[in-house]
Amino acid sequence: MTTVENAAGIAGTSSQARLDRQSVTGLVFGFLGVALIVGVAPAISSSSRRFNFEPPPDPAGIGFDPPTWVTAIGVLFLLTAALGFAPPAARVWASPARLLSALAVIPLVLVLSLALSDNPSTNIVNLFNESLVLATPLALGSMTGLWCERSGIINIGIEGTMLAGAGIGYMTYATIGDAQSTGWLWFSILISVLAGGLVAALLAVLSIRFGVNQIVGGVVINLFALGLTGFLRSEVIVKSGITTGVGTSEFGLPLLSKIPVIGDQVFRGQPIYWLMYVVVIGTWVVMYRTPWGLRVRSCGENPHAAETLGVNVVRIRYQSVILGGLIAGLAGAWFSMESQARFEDNMTNAAGFIALAALIFGKWTPWGAFGGALLFGFSRALGTRLQFLGVEVSGFEIPSEFLQALPFVVTLVVVAGAVGRSIPPAAAGQPFQRSK
Amino acid sequence: MAQVGNGTARPVLEVEGITKTFPGVVANDNVSLTLNQGEIHCLLGENGAGKSTLMNMVFGLYRPDSGTIRVRGEEVHFEDSGEAIARGIGMVHQHFQLIPVFSVAENIILGNEITKGAFLDLDTARRQVDALADRYGLAVDPDAIVGDLSVGEQQRVELVKALFRDADILILDEPTAVLTPGEVDDFFEVVESLTGQDKSIIFITHKLREVLAVADRITVLRAGQVVGTTTAETATQQSLANLMVGRDVVFRVEKAEPDPGKSVIRVEDLRVTDDRGVETVSGFDVEVRAGEIFGIAGVEGNGQRELVETICGMRPAIGGRVEMLGQDTTGWSPRKIHELGVAHVPENRSKHGVVAQYSIADNLVLNRYNHRKFSQRGVRNTAAINAEAKELVERFDVRTPGVEAAIHTLSGGNQQKVIVARELTGDLRALVVAQPTRGLDVGSIEFIHRKIIELRDQGVAVLLVSAELDEILSLSDRIGVLYRGRLAGTVEATEATREELGLLMATGAQS
Amino acid sequence: MNGVGNANAGVGRAASQVHRFLNEVWRLQPLYVSLYAILLSFVVGGVLISIIGVNPFTAYWALLRGMVGGGDQIAGSVARSVPFIGSALALAFAFRAGLFNIGAEGQLLAGGVTAAFVGALSWMSDLPGIVAIPLILIAGTMGGAIWGGIPGVLRAKTGAHEVISTIMLNSLVLFGVRWMVNSRDPVVLRDTDSTVPRTDPISETAVLPELVDSQPTLHVGLFALVGICFVVAFLLNRTTFGFEVGTVGLNPHASHYAGINVNRVIVASMAVSGSFAGLAAASEISGTNGFFQPGTFFLMGFDGIAIALLARTNPVAIIAAALLWGSMLSGAPLMQQEADVSIDVVRIIQAMVLLFVAADAIVRYLFRVRELDQSPFKATSIEGAV
Repeated sequence: MTTVENAAGIAGTSSQARLDRQSVTGLVFGFLGVALIVGVAPAISSSSRRFNFEPPPDPAGIGFDPPTWVTAIGVLFLLTAALGFAPPAARVWASPARLLSALAVIPLVLVLSLALSDNPSTNIVNLFNESLVLATPLALGSMTGLWCERSGIINIGIEGTMLAGAGIGYMTYATIGDAQSTGWLWFSILISVLAGGLVAALLAVLSIRFGVNQIVGGVVINLFALGLTGFLRSEVIVKSGITTGVGTSEFGLPLLSKIPVIGDQVFRGQPIYWLMYVVVIGTWVVMYRTPWGLRVRSCGENPHAAETLGVNVVRIRYQSVILGGLIAGLAGAWFSMESQARFEDNMTNAAGFIALAALIFGKWTPWGAFGGALLFGFSRALGTRLQFLGVEVSGFEIPSEFLQALPFVVTLVVVAGAVGRSIPPAAAGQPFQRSK
Repeated sequence: MAQVGNGTARPVLEVEGITKTFPGVVANDNVSLTLNQGEIHCLLGENGAGKSTLMNMVFGLYRPDSGTIRVRGEEVHFEDSGEAIARGIGMVHQHFQLIPVFSVAENIILGNEITKGAFLDLDTARRQVDALADRYGLAVDPDAIVGDLSVGEQQRVELVKALFRDADILILDEPTAVLTPGEVDDFFEVVESLTGQDKSIIFITHKLREVLAVADRITVLRAGQVVGTTTAETATQQSLANLMVGRDVVFRVEKAEPDPGKSVIRVEDLRVTDDRGVETVSGFDVEVRAGEIFGIAGVEGNGQRELVETICGMRPAIGGRVEMLGQDTTGWSPRKIHELGVAHVPENRSKHGVVAQYSIADNLVLNRYNHRKFSQRGVRNTAAINAEAKELVERFDVRTPGVEAAIHTLSGGNQQKVIVARELTGDLRALVVAQPTRGLDVGSIEFIHRKIIELRDQGVAVLLVSAELDEILSLSDRIGVLYRGRLAGTVEATEATREELGLLMATGAQS
Repeated sequence: MNGVGNANAGVGRAASQVHRFLNEVWRLQPLYVSLYAILLSFVVGGVLISIIGVNPFTAYWALLRGMVGGGDQIAGSVARSVPFIGSALALAFAFRAGLFNIGAEGQLLAGGVTAAFVGALSWMSDLPGIVAIPLILIAGTMGGAIWGGIPGVLRAKTGAHEVISTIMLNSLVLFGVRWMVNSRDPVVLRDTDSTVPRTDPISETAVLPELVDSQPTLHVGLFALVGICFVVAFLLNRTTFGFEVGTVGLNPHASHYAGINVNRVIVASMAVSGSFAGLAAASEISGTNGFFQPGTFFLMGFDGIAIALLARTNPVAIIAAALLWGSMLSGAPLMQQEADVSIDVVRIIQAMVLLFVAADAIVRYLFRVRELDQSPFKATSIEGAV
């Protein structure tokens, strides 16, 4: 990864440019704030709108006046901008203010969407829940990437690993469980997980044992999984005739799902969705609170130093990559046995790459990556919702493609270091050869 | 000086008949060595003599082809350094083995983690680190992030790391390379106090002065073989040097009186930042005249790299100016400065000096490949390039099978000769040369020194930056000390003393 | 006795000739590794085919006939291979500059949509073919060059790694072109008369002349892409620019030291790289499809990576590797039809080829091939990514 720094170092100009990042961010917020207050707020209708918290009829919710909210958020942006140029004493507030402003973009988008729509109200609890559900495979995939890259192995084969998990899991379910039996469903999910681990093991062998470039290794995995699952689908699944079945079923968390209004919406869900939280929290705990996690991180930062302390870098990297693969396998199962109960060619549809983007967006930390996954999930959920609400800007519908593309732009901006540079583990991508 | 055992020297580490080969090189050839309880045993040798290889085997990082290692009388075969650590061996590597983004405590416990249940127990770790630091007088802050520490502090972390693992055999690989003469003295005190607490120490170095100052016994390695074992009492610098190099060594470089002409390089109030954006050159001034060698001494990391890179156009200045041959060259590109007649022998040979996979010929024209002679209408003239290369290889005595061999197949000394040949060719007016002899054998060092003096005698202005005080003292006509990005003082080489320079390097102030 | 002696001498001479021949061959060892890798992959594929109860020889025979069984098949195979040359060159060229351009897919889309847009402009039909055809090709090339240049600029100016940025840009352009050809309100590029989302057909004058009326059509774009391979080979090996690209690729620090403008070379290399993908896309739009659909270039970027690696990034060898790749895909339907083996087997075989080429240690071990050169795909030669 040194090359990233190097290229910037050679450029020579970038270090000065980076010094000004705070002021650039300040300027952007300042501009947005002014635009919101002067331009947007007066332009939108001030008819009352409602955010509902539950489905009709007679839902609980809050009503609001869009221009007021837009103005309020505009003021927040302006304050943030001002803090960026404030005397050093006040600057301690600049960073929390930036975070708050960044988060305020979400209510802003919602308020604007509703203001521009013909519908007076929408259920936002349900929207957030949809975002979380859609984020499930992305969050799992980004944990895969996290385990691999924190140990020093770049994995662009997450996509293929998921696909293999999805395909092989569903094939198992269809052939031995007729895609109906609950017992075999769980067994098949387990097979998905193991298939993911196996595919990741291939990447591990290629990159660790054979020193193959890790990017190339990832490409091999992606092509291979696409071919293999396509083959299995046409030779096994289609020939078995069971192309669709029954997936995992929803259940409510005890007690929590009894909470009035939101309980039944927020605390009901399918098992892999819940497992996603377990995986994210578990990843955080294991990576930052256990000796093994410390060792994994050391292998991704300076494997040679780790080696001098008796850490078995090769073994740690194998373990991390395979663990990552198991998680990706679970993400695969989400596609073919939870979200739907079927398997289609290229079913994961670039989710693995989005997971990678979420990981980078989250600066290689578990919660950051989860946040990134949520952002992607939200933009997808919102895209659908906007079409549903019929949001129009000066007569044109906002294409859902734009909303879906937005997180990629944000990630690109983050990678380019315009807002909070994302720095990968120092040794990611570097092959490690044990001393002889 | 610690006393050599009282006749009952107890060996804690015995290395017997160790041989280790890497593809094409015999790094260690039947090497034997004994370390006694409580002694400081110096392992002396030139760069590439096999000192580090030997110690990496003792530490379990490499495995010997043949021979035995015994720790406290017991034969051991380490599979990895974890096993060596378990036997009480600790090693401080020449290049620190630390993880910059981890805290001091995390770095120290890595591999031997303290746990409470299944989880890391960083509180206990902190307390233990503090206790160790107190006991050995090695102040470290367990919560500091290692990447933010100075080199000296990082070295202390490395020592605590070894002591945390209860090491009583400590291997120190060139520990003084990064320290000022003053810090070196402090470091020696720490080392001596360690032997007082029953630690036994192997001290790897190629600096004769240090050997005589600190060693109880000395083993000299040359080309992978032990050529002598002696004690500090009986050895002299000259005798050790002869053993180390294998022939008589002349300490002083012969050179004529300087005949400085007009100013060629003038740097005024220069300010430069490093890769992390930290200002490392802050208000540097210097003037180098034609026909003189101006040596810049100083501990590494005081802005040398950034200074040289900025003068040669590789790094932008954030303030001040560089003037060469009467022109303001601040902000010029490396190519434009080179065309002016300014040559640059870079500090980092493999990073900047050569393209390892390229042939010797391509490396010899690396910064002139676009000249009319070597390229017509954008198409390269291979014949002309090879002809030029053949001539230079001849003239600079590069030992190679042919000019089309990849340069990474050459020894470090010959690679450096290629760089020197490339840079010292053409119509030169100024030469900026950084660490020109780092890691080279004595023969190549002498050759390169002679070439630099030849140039100076032809009227070229030479700016020499080196961490080796001996090199500065023997080559320079005037000497400046770089301290925290400024020129701390300038002295005439004829009047300079090691003590005065050492003080300048350590404190930036003249006595 | 004499006769025997002569015979021995003859054998000795022959042996030494064989030995010399082998030495020559070993010098071409990268090629050998690739050939062995292909062989090995077909063996693995064969095992897979047997598992589903089909005689692999029957399947492979059908595949072979689908590939080169007749004039039409050969022409179809060649036609199918043409765009792969471009996407593989896109990887290979950037690779020389030390950049991992996995964004060929996005660059194909950008080039394709630009070419389709320009080709369908109303005034194109007024131009003679000799003007219109170069125009559409240049448009595609520029589209690819711009989309490839962006990660180059990001890398040079901010240090953002091209692997990450090209992945992001692939997704971005995909959403972009989907919207352009899907949207009816407003109409951007969609052909509103068509039931499937695609752009308006390009003008007749901008259609590349057909060589053989095969499936798909073999057209003059073949010459353009094959020609480019030789141009690139010359550029990389013989010119000062090629020297600069190679130097930056091997050691950017030394390049900077030697006075090469590293940032300019990085941006130029990525843009040039992308332009090859753009050209390939334009030639497909112009010569084969006649309009643009987002799905046309699915996976072609990743196939390009595999082909470039199979050819060891040698521009001329890319022609052969692309031919193999394209003809396998072109022949697969016949295999499916006659032997009832899913065409995905070809995909698996191709992934195995890439695997064995990349992990050449496996091949060298199995076939006892000596290691002579430094493999360009060893991780060490491509600096860390992502």
